[in-house]
Amino acid sequence: MQSTSQQQILAVNDVGCGFDKAQQGELKVLDGVNLTLKEGEIVGLLGRSGSGKSTLLRIIAGLIKPTEGHVEYCGKPLSGPAEGVAMVFQTFALFPWLTVLENVEAGLEALGVAAKERRERALSAIDLIGLDGFENAYPRELSGGMRQRVGFARALVVNPTLLLMDEPFSALDVLTAETLRTDMLDLWNAGSMPIKSVLIVTHNIEEAVFMCDRILLLSSNPGRVGAEIVVPFPHPRNRLAPAFRQLVDDIYAKMTARKQTAGAPRSELHIGSWMPAVSTNLLAGLIETLAVAPYHGRADLPELASSLRLEVDDLFPVAEFLQHLGFAEVSEGDIALTMPGRLFAEEGTQARKLRFAEMLLRAIPLANHIRTVLNERPGQRAPLDRFKQELEDFLSDQAAEETLSAVIDWGRYAEIFSYNDQSEMFSLEDVEA
Amino acid sequence: MRMMIPVIHGSARRLMPNRWDFVAFPLILCIIVLGSTGFRETLAPLTTLQTQTISLDPAALPGYALRTTLRMLAAMLASLVFSLAYGTLAAKSRRAEKVLVPILDILQSVPVLGYISFTVTFFIALFPGRVLGAECAAIFAIFTSQAWNMTFSFYQSMRTIPRDLNEVSSSFHLSAWQRFWKLEVPFSLPGLIWNMMMSMSGGWFFVVASEAITVGNKNIVLPGIGGYLAQAIAARDLGAVGWVILTMTLVILLYDQFLFRPLVAWADKFRMEDTASQAAPQSWLLDLIRRARLIQWLLRPPGQLVLWLAKLPLRLPFGHAAAGSVRKPSRGGDLLWNVLVLLATVFFLWRVVSFVGQEVGLSEVMHVFGMGLATLVRVLVLIALASLVWVPLGVMIGLRPHLAQRIQPLAQFLAAFPTNLLFPIFVVGIVYFHANPDIWLSPLIVLGTQWYILFNVIAGASAFPNDFREAATNFRIRGWQWWRKVILPGIMPYYITGAITASGGAWNASIVSELVSWGNTRIEAYGLGAYIARTTAAGDFPKIILGIAVMSLFVVLFNRLLWRPMYAYAESKLN
Repeated sequence: MQSTSQQQILAVNDVGCGFDKAQQGELKVLDGVNLTLKEGEIVGLLGRSGSGKSTLLRIIAGLIKPTEGHVEYCGKPLSGPAEGVAMVFQTFALFPWLTVLENVEAGLEALGVAAKERRERALSAIDLIGLDGFENAYPRELSGGMRQRVGFARALVVNPTLLLMDEPFSALDVLTAETLRTDMLDLWNAGSMPIKSVLIVTHNIEEAVFMCDRILLLSSNPGRVGAEIVVPFPHPRNRLAPAFRQLVDDIYAKMTARKQTAGAPRSELHIGSWMPAVSTNLLAGLIETLAVAPYHGRADLPELASSLRLEVDDLFPVAEFLQHLGFAEVSEGDIALTMPGRLFAEEGTQARKLRFAEMLLRAIPLANHIRTVLNERPGQRAPLDRFKQELEDFLSDQAAEETLSAVIDWGRYAEIFSYNDQSEMFSLEDVEA
Repeated sequence: MRMMIPVIHGSARRLMPNRWDFVAFPLILCIIVLGSTGFRETLAPLTTLQTQTISLDPAALPGYALRTTLRMLAAMLASLVFSLAYGTLAAKSRRAEKVLVPILDILQSVPVLGYISFTVTFFIALFPGRVLGAECAAIFAIFTSQAWNMTFSFYQSMRTIPRDLNEVSSSFHLSAWQRFWKLEVPFSLPGLIWNMMMSMSGGWFFVVASEAITVGNKNIVLPGIGGYLAQAIAARDLGAVGWVILTMTLVILLYDQFLFRPLVAWADKFRMEDTASQAAPQSWLLDLIRRARLIQWLLRPPGQLVLWLAKLPLRLPFGHAAAGSVRKPSRGGDLLWNVLVLLATVFFLWRVVSFVGQEVGLSEVMHVFGMGLATLVRVLVLIALASLVWVPLGVMIGLRPHLAQRIQPLAQFLAAFPTNLLFPIFVVGIVYFHANPDIWLSPLIVLGTQWYILFNVIAGASAFPNDFREAATNFRIRGWQWWRKVILPGIMPYYITGAITASGGAWNASIVSELVSWGNTRIEAYGLGAYIARTTAAGDFPKIILGIAVMSLFVVLFNRLLWRPMYAYAESKLN
């Protein structure tokens, strides 16, 4: 397994993961994923929601079995959670009934380490991570940042070879997250941790460029490794350096360019396409912001994201939805309002609704489908279940529910149909035909 | 002086008793001694029960109270073990779940006192000639009043363990046994302890009822509070009834202070909530134990034994289904299992029907259904009346935090108090005024359970968001509109929880309250409860089964058709 310079820690070979669908066969979350982790590197998995990045991380952690392909860890095939692989969770996942010290000791205890050694190792991990003084506190007494430090201490104390991190900073506020990132990088660069390699899942592009030596872009539905980007900067990195900004811009461009290369834009939606919930207020707000100074109809996505404090997972769905509706064009990391978008920005409430309804019926097949069915039905009523079952041929149950609730929200705003949540019925009542 | 001793290496210092030990140690010793004497007496032969009658001397009451308390404790332990085993099996095995959960649902609809007639016969046969048999029957009766809701609570907690905690446990390589003690039990504890309290509160009623049982020719009176009460009723001694009421009051208060307050205060750390609670539950006893060094030292070996047991890398027969692996269930196996379950059900149904059918004709069945309707009307009317009284009062109390703080423990105490102790007073009144028993015995069935409505409504009104109240005031919403649009929807889920508990209790209470006696005088109301009580005393098993089956059917239908839809509606639309 000795490569030219560095030893390989982990290899993921042609891994796929899916779940059974009665009618459609298998629905894939991941498809043909390959990746390797070498000694001494931090690798980022960057992708949007629905790209299966968390699933991939859990496959590597041995928590989920892949349906295809296999994972090799330290040269041996992985079956179940391996020793030497520790994980840090987005939600911290601390046991609320254990103190900080007991939480850190829990992993050692499960390994059968003797009480005295356990205590010593736990205390030194707590010391390393800057938690001294909090040993006897319960998690609920701590702030989010301190809780995640416990999460780190608990992972480090077992002397892992590979550290897995599942969006470890996304539940923290901006400043706390930055402190934890730099502390973690300081420890890594000082070599004070036994960890040989780190794999970090994130949807934050800046975070990935700030921390990683290598970034893998995961595309969505199904998740595949779309591109690999090497980050050449030495630590500590300066977020404001032009080269840093340029790389962030490039990654934005790569992540938005994907759709165009796949085929003709906008025409790829069908009834069973997954739709993320995008609030109509956010949509209107973004159009208004784009229409006026300093953007005057065109903006750089990374710049927009940082000035609006929106993360990729918040910004991309809105931008994409605008593009589907024909209110904007997104390409090469830029977003530009189209003519209907500019008109929308200047109109009053009722005119906006009419324009939105027109665009919605034209661009979103599911919305159009619901309206058509209601028009055809004698009582102009149809149950939710009817559409849910149709969607479940294409999507997982959860994705079907998300999509329907997004479309219901848009349809209500556009007044193209009404929906009663108590009877779970669509109808054309209260809607002028 | 304390400051000079290093904290970590002060093991010698920790062994020295401190002043708290002087209070705590005798207390615990006393509990151990009392417990062992109580147990020794249960090994006495059954004849001692029949020869040695219950003394009505008030001085004997503390001893009786102790026996009753021990029975409660034994039943609680049994319920706990049952809940953990049954809940785990139901949560971990998909096939077992299909059968176990509906069974549990039916079990909790069967009137508790309905089990007694069978269990008495069974346990006395199991330990012939020993008091232990009768004791077991009484304990089993209490067990049946406590176990079901605890089991449901544990099962539901097991199903709702957060995914990330499950993943941590998997990446720590915990075996099923370790995961059970490290994750599943701690996570379930707050719900389990709350349900233990509710069970205990309901249990006092049944312990009183089950200590004096007559099934056919077997007439068993166990030394205890219930036995004392039965003796007092037989002797028409109103003074003795007064003494037993006083004793019960004290016992319930002590139980609360010595068992549940410390448990609740201790279990506070198992809450999943992220923030430290504003008013954490307090217990002076728990503080005392935590401060008493000698007690701490004595508690350590058993504590470590538990920790050691929890650490054993045992593999349980069912693996962890929690991990995200996609396991394909075998359809053939499922089919076979479903067929087996169906066959077993049909077989049991046939056995029961043929047993009951030996003696009972269709006219009897119709007659029993008629009585069931009478009891149903009684339950409905009285729950409605109790709601009319307690909902407005509960709202008024709940909206005044100071008042609520004082009334709430009282309401909880009243809910726990076994009202069968008060029945004689009513009966004496009915006899004296020659009142109509069909009407005047009815209040007895909600006498004890109405308090569940009160304290749930108080809890709901206390939790009602202040913003809503201020908004209502701001928009000048008053009078009937305020009740209809603001507060009633706000407390609805709480009220329904209370009403479900109250109506369940009322069905149970009908068995003891529709047929009561005072000395030789017997007063009976027309109803299913009286029918079950009468046939139990006569030892007429086919009729007992018929009565219980009909009552269970009424309770199940009542829950399915009325309470569940209401609760589902209140939960989803009004919250």
